[in-house]
Amino acid sequence: MPTVKSLDDLKRIREEALKKQQLKETSGKTEVIVGMGTVGIAAGARETLKAVLDLIENENLSDIIVRQTGNIGLDSFEPIVQVAVPGEEKVTYGRVNPEMVRRIVKEHVIDGKIVSEYQIKG
Amino acid sequence: MRELALHILDIAENSISAGANKIKITVNENCANDLLSIIIEDNGKGMDEATAARISDPFLTSRTTRKVGLGIPFFKAAAEACDGDFNIESKLGVGTTVQADFKHSHIDRMPLGDISSTLQTLLLGTPDVNWVFEYQVDSDSFVFDDKPIKETLDGVPLTEPAVIRYIREMIDQGIQDVHKKASIQIEPRL
Repeated sequence: MPTVKSLDDLKRIREEALKKQQLKETSGKTEVIVGMGTVGIAAGARETLKAVLDLIENENLSDIIVRQTGNIGLDSFEPIVQVAVPGEEKVTYGRVNPEMVRRIVKEHVIDGKIVSEYQIKG
Repeated sequence: MRELALHILDIAENSISAGANKIKITVNENCANDLLSIIIEDNGKGMDEATAARISDPFLTSRTTRKVGLGIPFFKAAAEACDGDFNIESKLGVGTTVQADFKHSHIDRMPLGDISSTLQTLLLGTPDVNWVFEYQVDSDSFVFDDKPIKETLDGVPLTEPAVIRYIREMIDQGIQDVHKKASIQIEPRL
């Protein structure tokens, strides 16, 4: 099978990423965490996480870490997204669809403003 | 669940919870035998025999947030509804292998679905695991192992935009190539 993608391509990507990183200050990276338990998956968590990845790819957003985690324990609010900005308390959003992901990433992850109408307040 | 790919995601989550650092997912579409097999193998902590025997019981779960675990019973029911078979082998301290077989042409067999999104979710969302994916359609196959990618990146996160694109295109291309080469008619990808 011919591989269109070579590891040399990836090496170039790596070097460019490192160059960009050097330009930025070494503040921590914001984490976006998506709950991926059975209930979350059935409620559309994969599409929610994919929307985060698509947004990072299409808008060329560096320095965001995306993670998935198991069941968070708030079934009726799935899909659940948590945003952890370094040095701040983790914020939990509920029933997050791909459309809402755009707002959460743009307003909270990039501009630092919590989207309170999507937030689950405990 | 509407797609087999979502079941795969769900079962692989169990492997992650079991502490696996290597997980292999195999999807095999064998049209000569009218069979679609899904195998998820991990090197997690495994289960003893008694637990493995009861694993399809919805009231057995290792989770502490809720008392019912439906992932495996759902997957098993999906296979059995399609003249299929379901099997779990597990060894304490060694790992677990889950296999589900479906009659490929069965009217109730749900589509494989968006396997590419499932893989990207697992791969990018759980970078500490070494993911291997093998997709076979009859005699053609696509094998993806993320180890050389991570070694080449050497510390640069997988969630760099250009890396996400690289991985997405690689997986999409690999799956497409297998479909193109396969002589049989496969369901359209979602």
